[in-house]
Amino acid sequence: MNLAAHLPAHLPALQVVLPLLAAPLAVLLRSGNAAFVLVTAVAWAAFAVSLGLWQQTGAGAVISYAIGSWPAPWGIELRVDRLSAFVLVLVSGMAAIVLPYCRQSIEREIPKEQHYLFYAMFALCLTGLLGITITGDAFNVFVFLEVSSLSTYVLIALGRDRRALMAAYQYLIMGTIGATFIVIGVGLLYLSTGTLNLADIGARLPQVSGSRPVLAALAFLTVGICLKLALFPLHQWLPSAYTYAPSAVSAFLAATATKVSVYVLLRFYFSVFGESLLFDRLPLPEIMLLLSLAAMFIASALAIFQDDLKRIFAYSSVAQIGYITLGLSFGSESGLTATVVHLFNHGLTKGALFMLAGILVIVAGGTSLSRLSGIGKAMPLASFGIVLGGLSLIGVPGTVGFVSKWYLVLAALEQGQWWLVMAIVASSLLAVVYVWRFVEIAWFREPRADLPKDRRIPLSLQIPAGLLVAATVYFGLDTSFTVGSAAAAAEQLLGMNQ
Amino acid sequence: MSAALILAGLGVPALGAAGIAAAHRRPNLREGVTLLTAAILFACVLALLPGVLAGERPQLTLFEVLPGLDLAFRIEPLGMLFALVASGLWIVNSLYSIGYMRGNDEAHQTRFYVCFALALFAAIGIAFAGNVFTLFVFYEILTLITYPLVTHHGSDKARKGGRVYLGILIGTSVMFLLPALIFTWHLAGTTDFRPGGILPADVSGAAVTGLLVLYMFGIGKAALMPFHRWLPSAMVAPTPVSALLHAVAVVKAGVFSVLKVVVFVFGPDALAGHTAWLAGVAGFTIVAASVVALGADNLKRRLAYSTISQLSYVVLAAAVLAPLSLVGAALHVAAHALGKITLFFAAGAIYTAAHKTEISQLDGIGRRMPWTMGAFAIGALSMIGLPPAAGFVSKWFMVSGAMAGEHWLALAVIAASTLLNAGYFLPIVWRAFFRPLSADAAAHPHGEAPLPAVIALTLTAAGTIALFFWPDVPLALARQMLGAS
Repeated sequence: MNLAAHLPAHLPALQVVLPLLAAPLAVLLRSGNAAFVLVTAVAWAAFAVSLGLWQQTGAGAVISYAIGSWPAPWGIELRVDRLSAFVLVLVSGMAAIVLPYCRQSIEREIPKEQHYLFYAMFALCLTGLLGITITGDAFNVFVFLEVSSLSTYVLIALGRDRRALMAAYQYLIMGTIGATFIVIGVGLLYLSTGTLNLADIGARLPQVSGSRPVLAALAFLTVGICLKLALFPLHQWLPSAYTYAPSAVSAFLAATATKVSVYVLLRFYFSVFGESLLFDRLPLPEIMLLLSLAAMFIASALAIFQDDLKRIFAYSSVAQIGYITLGLSFGSESGLTATVVHLFNHGLTKGALFMLAGILVIVAGGTSLSRLSGIGKAMPLASFGIVLGGLSLIGVPGTVGFVSKWYLVLAALEQGQWWLVMAIVASSLLAVVYVWRFVEIAWFREPRADLPKDRRIPLSLQIPAGLLVAATVYFGLDTSFTVGSAAAAAEQLLGMNQ
Repeated sequence: MSAALILAGLGVPALGAAGIAAAHRRPNLREGVTLLTAAILFACVLALLPGVLAGERPQLTLFEVLPGLDLAFRIEPLGMLFALVASGLWIVNSLYSIGYMRGNDEAHQTRFYVCFALALFAAIGIAFAGNVFTLFVFYEILTLITYPLVTHHGSDKARKGGRVYLGILIGTSVMFLLPALIFTWHLAGTTDFRPGGILPADVSGAAVTGLLVLYMFGIGKAALMPFHRWLPSAMVAPTPVSALLHAVAVVKAGVFSVLKVVVFVFGPDALAGHTAWLAGVAGFTIVAASVVALGADNLKRRLAYSTISQLSYVVLAAAVLAPLSLVGAALHVAAHALGKITLFFAAGAIYTAAHKTEISQLDGIGRRMPWTMGAFAIGALSMIGLPPAAGFVSKWFMVSGAMAGEHWLALAVIAASTLLNAGYFLPIVWRAFFRPLSADAAAHPHGEAPLPAVIALTLTAAGTIALFFWPDVPLALARQMLGAS
């Protein structure tokens, strides 16, 4: 049997199986270094697989992969379309870039004897996130969600600050509530349609769409998923989790975890429930719109008053999630394009920012703003990178943030909603304030006297962070990959239920 | 060939910035790189001139950013004029910077020259922009890259000034200019600058007025009231920055953008009947800023408010919409640049030589610094609009245009502001030459500023007069701007 010839057909399975196998292997290896090599190699392999899948779905094809050759809806189906391929590329790509950064980064934050466990958890987390994205089965979504969540709790708790434990515990409680809501929603859907396959549910729902259990399922799923994606006001777990987690974990989670939850929301909303139910029976667009606006303004305003850089970025994430869900609430093609492209763009930006914050920690000893005074003079490159990332949060042209804002404003204009246009641009001014707070502290104050003389940063930290910063600029100028994929995904999502 | 020249116009200052950074340990080499870069840039721009005058419109499309939206350049006469002014004055200003920065022993000089070169890169990008999107990109780069120049001293005052500077410029561009850009795209499906405008004929009057409001206030660099405060705040910068950026590159980028949008996005014909409010706002800005200038004792502050007032001349002329006044507006971009840079050079020379910043301290200083104050007098004449200075020519066209359009409000504003200009510039000249030295000043002898600075301000003063006698090239460019439409 020729393995190479059969490989392309089995990419969907490999996408999940590779990292899933890497996790127990890493534990068996019992060596931090060996586990690092293994998991990094697997992450890159997963990245290659997702690029392959992205290629295969290029012409709008939908890949359906029956596990164990049990056809859907009896067996479990893996399903890849434009949207899931795009999210897979983001998740596996971020893992591939963050992992080389992990080695030197956790050296300083996690006891040596726990390193192999860290990599095992990382691989599990990656498995969960990729699994959620690729599966075509509602119950599987829940299972993979738990896989990623449980490993995330561990990863966060590994932070060297004791408050990391509290943050992980808080996230555990909130995350469990969210997962419970999701499983109740899935159960209600199963009750109403007798199937767990997402596409099958979508096909059967029109017959029962008016019934109360279906509406209840929609409500439970919405609340549960929104808890996981940290939609205001369900975001309380996020700031502490991102702040106290190890730097590499913050970078990976900020870039991927909430984004995958957004994916789940999009999948349930547009592939399962469909527009008619969503937009006619429940006031969901209005609720989403309101909460998104609240996130954009309140979380940005809160970000201004934080005194820790990572916490500023965390609140900024909550605000940026507001942009993502705002696009969704329009239900239009450019709105969804904005959502999908911002999901990617914001992942890049926040990944870069948290990595750079991790680099500052090494010299400054922490990310509280008082420790960062004058850091722009002491560490010009890393600080400049943070400013570039900040410009992307603001939405300055030439960065990815601009591209997202363009589609978001365009979507609002298409609806004739001028007040929304003004709200979108006004909220980005709040980002100017919190970004410039960093600029003024980093450059207009004198560096602290207790900064170490040796300020060399290992290349394995600089290169991944630099790559991501470069990507925030590159994809701000060449948008054929990002906008192309997002627009195609939006088209496919809206076309499914017509 | 011309596409290569466009690339060179953008690439030379960017590469120059890298060269300046590389030479940071050797100040003489570093300044040599600055001067060389400025000279090469000017040569590149100059090489484009004959073609543009002959009717060519060189184009270059770099790449597609969003579907249908390119980063593209297209040189038309107005952009040519702006590029000529900015790159030509950069040479003189670099000369002046060397005298000023060394004379005052300023810190972080490498950063200063690097940011300066990048600011010119952005200005050239604005001048050559082929669509509103490209203009917006370089407009924002210019704002950001001048921030370190404005806050150069790193003091508390600089930080506060920087906040106002960035707050207003970023604020207006994000709040108004960005929605205007996207709205233009939404309405027209393109953002290209085309003679006669790009808006489809069926756009409602309310949409046109709304879009115009967004553009005019969104282009904060044109300093229309109430978004003018950033300009006085920017005066905390070292004087060469105030001279080239806040009298030439940045503010001219603002009024240049205003003219571009009026002529090439809306088209003068489509705007007829929509600009009365703009004339009112611009007229108010002209008079109000002049009144503030009248009361300012700090020399740079008075010059800043004079700039605000002079910028609104261009906006007013654009609002009048008559062909003659649009020609005057384009000419004023060049005329005001030469005159105002001379005035700032003089202010900086006074600070370097005598450490004086207030007008009330300038009694008799003309006898110690005859070249400086002589140049200052010429610059002042140009501001007032008297022969033999360049300001007269542009004002002539603007007045003729207002008369042809029977725009009495514009005429009244120009007349009133001419008097006000005389009221706040002539006393300085009189004080410098005809009042006796104060006792305090007599005890601290000083001469002229360092030679490079004196050479620079003499050159620009001479240019101000030359432009009066030989306005041919700018005039031809200004006429062509309309001829094509």
